[in-house]
Amino acid sequence: MNYPQELKYTKDHEWIRDNGDGTATIGITEFAQSELGDIVYVDIDTVGENVNKDATFGTVEAVKTVSDLFMPVDAEVLEINPALDAQPELVNEDPYGDGWMVKIKVVDAGQLSELLSADEYQDIIA
Amino acid sequence: MSELKRTPFFEVHEAAGARLIDFGGFEMPVQYRGILKEHEAVRSAAGMFDVSHMGEIMVSGTKSPDLIQYATINDVSKLVPGKIQYSAMCYDDGGIVDDLLVYMLSEDAYMLVVNASNKDKDLAWLLRLNEQFGADIEDVSDSMCLLAVQGPATEAILQQLTDVNLAEIGFYTFKTGKLADTSMIISATGYTGERGFELYFYTSGNSPTAVWNAIIQAGRLHDLMPAGLGARDTLRLEMGYALYGNDISAETNPLEAGLGWITKSAKGDFAGKKAIETVREAGISRTLTGFTTIDKRAIPRSHYAITTPDGEKIGEVTSGGKSPSLGVGIGMGYIQKNYAQPGTTICIEVRGTLYEAITQRPPFLKKK
Repeated sequence: MNYPQELKYTKDHEWIRDNGDGTATIGITEFAQSELGDIVYVDIDTVGENVNKDATFGTVEAVKTVSDLFMPVDAEVLEINPALDAQPELVNEDPYGDGWMVKIKVVDAGQLSELLSADEYQDIIA
Repeated sequence: MSELKRTPFFEVHEAAGARLIDFGGFEMPVQYRGILKEHEAVRSAAGMFDVSHMGEIMVSGTKSPDLIQYATINDVSKLVPGKIQYSAMCYDDGGIVDDLLVYMLSEDAYMLVVNASNKDKDLAWLLRLNEQFGADIEDVSDSMCLLAVQGPATEAILQQLTDVNLAEIGFYTFKTGKLADTSMIISATGYTGERGFELYFYTSGNSPTAVWNAIIQAGRLHDLMPAGLGARDTLRLEMGYALYGNDISAETNPLEAGLGWITKSAKGDFAGKKAIETVREAGISRTLTGFTTIDKRAIPRSHYAITTPDGEKIGEVTSGGKSPSLGVGIGMGYIQKNYAQPGTTICIEVRGTLYEAITQRPPFLKKK
C-alpha cells in the first residue's frame, strides 16, 4: 500500500497535507479505504465551522459499515470536495488525490508537527 | 476467542484475494474484488458463494415426517421427494428458533438446512422435540460443502459441467446427480432473487476445490465472479429476505415477521402453535416493514430509530443499507402496525437527524 512521504498521518487513518499557506487538505489513507470497502456516501456538514482536534467532522458510509472522520488538528473547515457527492468511490480509487475530503484553515501550525510521519503510521498499521 | 472453523475452500478464498471475517464461528470471505462489483456480477451475470458454513441436519426413519411436521411451522405433508420448502422452527412461546429449508429426499428422509450460528441450538431443540417421536437425527454440517451459484448466467455455466438437465429443475425443487464429476444435490434455490442453484456435496467425494475450480473455469466466458457475504447481504436485502439475527429472532414471532404465509395452523399441532394462535387472535402490534429513504444522506442501518414525522419513536431498523441496484437507501424494521401500511411516510433517525422514508412492501428490486 502507498503512504506518500510528504503527508502527515493520524492513528485514526486520516492523512493531512500542509499546503504551506495556512491551509491543509485532509483525506483518509489507503489502508482506511481498503478496510472500509466500497464507499457509498461521504457525509460532511461542518463547512464554515470550527472543529477541534480529534472531534468528528463527518462520516464515511461504506456498504457494510459507517465510520466517523476525526479532525487531525484544531481547524476551521473551508471546503468539502464537491466531487464526492456524486462520486464517493473516488475515495477508494484515489484516496490521496481526487478522493480528498476537506480543506481546512489550520488554527495552530504547531500541531502539524505532532502528527505521524509516513513511517510512523505504517508501523501502527503493520 | 475460540478457534474459527474453516470451510474446504479457505485456501482458494485466500488465493483469490478474499477478505475474511468471523461469521457464525467460521472464517468466511466477506468480499473478493469489492461488494458492489460482486453484487453487480450476480444481477447481470453470475456469482459463486461459498456458504459451506450453513448447517445441514439429516432427519430420517419412519418417524421423521411426524417430527418435522411438529418441529416446523410450514406443512411438510405438502412436500414430495425432490421438493423443498421454506419454513421455520418456533419455541413454545412463538419466538423463532431459526428459519430453514426442508428438503424431502425420500419418503422417510429429509435434510434441514439451517443458519450456521443457530445450528447448535437448532439441534438441541430438535433433539428435545424428538423425545416424543424417535426419528434419526444426524448433523452432517462438518462434512457437507455448499456452493451457491446465482445470477442469470448460472444455468449456462453449470450445464457445461453436468448431464442433468438443469432447465427441468423448477424453483424450490432439486435433483441429485453428478456435476464436475462429483455427486451432489442440485437445488434451484438461493438468497439473491436471481435464478441460480445451490450445490450440496460431501467433502469426502472428489476434491471440493476441484468443483470450485471447474465452476470458475466454466464461468470464465460468462463473467462469473466469486462473491462474498457482503454481496450476499446486499442482494438479499434488495429482495426483502429476512436474515436471522437481524430481522427475525427468538424475540419475534412469525406473524409479525411477515411469515404468516408459511405458518400453517390448519395442519395440526406444532411447536409454538398455541402462542402463535393467541397472537393471531389478539392481532399483532408491530410488523416487519420495508421502507425506502429519499435523501441520499439517509442510509438506514440496523438499530437506527424509526419515528413518525413528528419524531415519536415507532420502531427500529433491523437491516438497511444503500441498494447497489437502485441507488437509494432501503431497509426493514419492526414498525407499530398502524404506521406500516405501504406508502406511509415515516422517518429514520440518522446521526441525530430525521430523514423521511416511505414504507413499502418488499421486494425493493422488482424482477421481470
